[in-house]
Amino acid sequence: MKGFTAMKWRSTEPSVAPVSSLELARWQFGITTLYHFIFVPVTIGLAICVAFFQTRWYRTGEEHWLRSTRFWGKLMLISFALGVATGIVQEFQFGMAWSNYSRFVGDIFGAPLAMEGLAAFFVESTFLGLWIFGWGRLSKRVHLACAWLVAGSTALSAFFILAANSWMQHPVGYKLEGGKAVLTDIGSVLFNSTALFAFAHTILAALLTAGMILIAVSAWHLRRGNETRVFGDAMRLGLPMVTIAAIVTVFVGHFNGILMSHQQPMKMAAADAVFETKKGAGLSLFATGDLKSNPGGLNRNIEIPQLLSWISTGYPNGEIKGINNLNREYQRKYGPGNYTPIVAIAYWTWRAMLGCAALMLLFGAYGWWLLHKGKLERSKRFLTFAVPAVALPFVASATGWLFTEMGRQPWAVFGLLKTNVANSPSVSAAEIWITLVGFTLLYGVLAAIAGRVFLKTVKKGPVEAGKAEEPGQELALAY
Amino acid sequence: MDAYTALQVVWFVLISILWLGYFLLEGFDFGVGMLIRAVAHDKEERRAVLHTIGPIWDGNEVWLLVAGGATFAAFPQWYATLFSGFYLALFLILVGLIVRNVSFEFWGKIDSDSWRSRWEWALIFGSFMPALLWGVGWANIVHGVPIDAHHEYTGTLFDLLNPYALLGGLATLTLFLTHGAIFLNLRTTGEIGKRAKRIAATVAPVTAVVGIAFLTWTVASHRGGVDAGSAILAAVSALALIAAAILADRNPARAFAATGAAILTFFLALFVDLFPHTMVSSTSSAFDMTLNVSASSSYTLTVMTVVAVLLVPVVLVYQAWTYWVFRHRVSAEDFGEVRTPLDLIDKARGEHPGERPPEPAGPGS
Repeated sequence: MKGFTAMKWRSTEPSVAPVSSLELARWQFGITTLYHFIFVPVTIGLAICVAFFQTRWYRTGEEHWLRSTRFWGKLMLISFALGVATGIVQEFQFGMAWSNYSRFVGDIFGAPLAMEGLAAFFVESTFLGLWIFGWGRLSKRVHLACAWLVAGSTALSAFFILAANSWMQHPVGYKLEGGKAVLTDIGSVLFNSTALFAFAHTILAALLTAGMILIAVSAWHLRRGNETRVFGDAMRLGLPMVTIAAIVTVFVGHFNGILMSHQQPMKMAAADAVFETKKGAGLSLFATGDLKSNPGGLNRNIEIPQLLSWISTGYPNGEIKGINNLNREYQRKYGPGNYTPIVAIAYWTWRAMLGCAALMLLFGAYGWWLLHKGKLERSKRFLTFAVPAVALPFVASATGWLFTEMGRQPWAVFGLLKTNVANSPSVSAAEIWITLVGFTLLYGVLAAIAGRVFLKTVKKGPVEAGKAEEPGQELALAY
Repeated sequence: MDAYTALQVVWFVLISILWLGYFLLEGFDFGVGMLIRAVAHDKEERRAVLHTIGPIWDGNEVWLLVAGGATFAAFPQWYATLFSGFYLALFLILVGLIVRNVSFEFWGKIDSDSWRSRWEWALIFGSFMPALLWGVGWANIVHGVPIDAHHEYTGTLFDLLNPYALLGGLATLTLFLTHGAIFLNLRTTGEIGKRAKRIAATVAPVTAVVGIAFLTWTVASHRGGVDAGSAILAAVSALALIAAAILADRNPARAFAATGAAILTFFLALFVDLFPHTMVSSTSSAFDMTLNVSASSSYTLTVMTVVAVLLVPVVLVYQAWTYWVFRHRVSAEDFGEVRTPLDLIDKARGEHPGERPPEPAGPGS
């Protein structure tokens, strides 16, 4: 038994070329998805903030709200452009690099993607065009409605995509027919418990991300005494938003953890490197040693007693199934093979995500307290720290996705389709090398340019009170 | 087994409509993109050119995304075979589309001539690649590509670059170029419009020759004899191409209708030619993929039909409304003076007094 569990993932598969097209396709998928998801929460979150600022302007007519709307709107648009550009790759790459996956799940997976296009993406892109170019052409009320339609439809977009992804985590509403998954109940797919939690989690993450950006940018300017009105407004929105979103995330995350223990116990076991089933398991904060094999190789340094059981089951003495027990169970159920994800990745990504969330909660609460006491603008320490702190939500999102996707391995669709048979048989490793290098270079160049434009826009600050902006920045915000 | 069911035909038609909408709308975006440096010579003129499609290009591109999503949902086997088979060609299209998308957004972000000129070239490249390659791709789909018994593509990128497909690519490239030039003539005033008109008048006859040659080849090479429906549509398309060539420097509105009709009938001829298949195998006709072989279950198709019936009309209404809102002609003079949104609101109020209820007072109003 010991020898078996020590086997590495996929070692039962026949060994192929040094880097197989499968490995390359996985790298490409991972890079594209993580890159795309840099922009998704920024766009969703900032769209909501921009619509909020514009509503304040609509209600009060005070110019500083308009200047806020336009300033944050510009930043949102930079993110939106890159999100759209990478979103197309995201949609196409299932067919391009994962054709066997597409054949297997198409009956189910395609539906939410098509719905996203029809119900959300058309709205998003059309009304964004109206919002950008509609100043002066549309009445204030209609123009404001455009801002909210953009904010609402970006969030709706995420819902459909997460419904599709959640089906991979926890397939529901299907039957197997002729070697393919066939849809039997669209309601179960769209309102899959996994999808509802993932949606809540993602929207909260978007609010956290946007909040941290509001705070970082405002802190940079407030430290220099610029535009205290506009950036004070942003702080008054951003700090409570981050604090509350982080608190709610803790609760949603807790119930999400319980759900995941039922639906994907292996992922949860890997998240805490629990190799043998036990009751009242403690939450490990830091572990060293060989995370690949048996507890003998694992050296726990710090552990909070019973917390893991509480997080995963809701009871301090709840049972946590161990990786080895689950692996044996899956072998009986699905046939010979290794059903263990890379434990080290699951263990550390899960901790990185939770750690970032905890830091954001403390950071937001401290800033809110400073704001409440009226000390925020004088707290150099907070304002200085706030700028690098903007990395936290991005690290949390990236590690969160790495955890949820890599923790599901070896499955592409949990219990139904393994990743190593999901890629395109007609696409060679050489072809994927070309696109992998091509996309990665393109993403890198665009990230550098977008970063430069983003920072320039940030440093420039909002349009001067009562004055026009330079040509190229006026009128359309974008063109 | 039948080649298709009624629901599958509904979805083949709907996906065809999505592609038609995409090419009709994004067709002129591609044309405008390719022509930005040819029709506009300074910063103000180029900004005006960008403003002719600025509010709408993103909405136009969604037709493609929905066509892709709908193909995945309704014909997953088609989606899988096509997208994995045309892997590198789609990669080139995606690179073009990405570069094009960001060039719109970044062009005005830094005030320097070299910055702007770099993004103009990016826009030209990003419009040229898909305008050419969509034609190459669709010509190959209709004409047939090497596909084996497991519905897997067995060729390479170079199998896609055959003479017939390259002629198809040239046809869509020139068609979109003409469509875009006429669109610019229609949507702008002054020098830009004049230059666009000259270009349209030069390119339109070439487009007609290339387009008719390609359509003739398509009709003549249809497997199992000439398909009457496809032939009639190709003939209509040929007439529209000739009409566009004649009208290009006479009447921009009619010329635009002619290129629009030419694009629609051009692709309709291809879709009718393809029906009832989704992919044609040049290896053996036994490996051709019918609608039935490619399609999702009837339950999925029913669900998607309900969604489409509810949403497509709404989409059409608000997209049409966008075109109505931005119907005004654009001119380089519009971009000489610097204005804020507040000034624009004032201006709009001055133009249409009493059209809207009084707004809450803001500074500048």
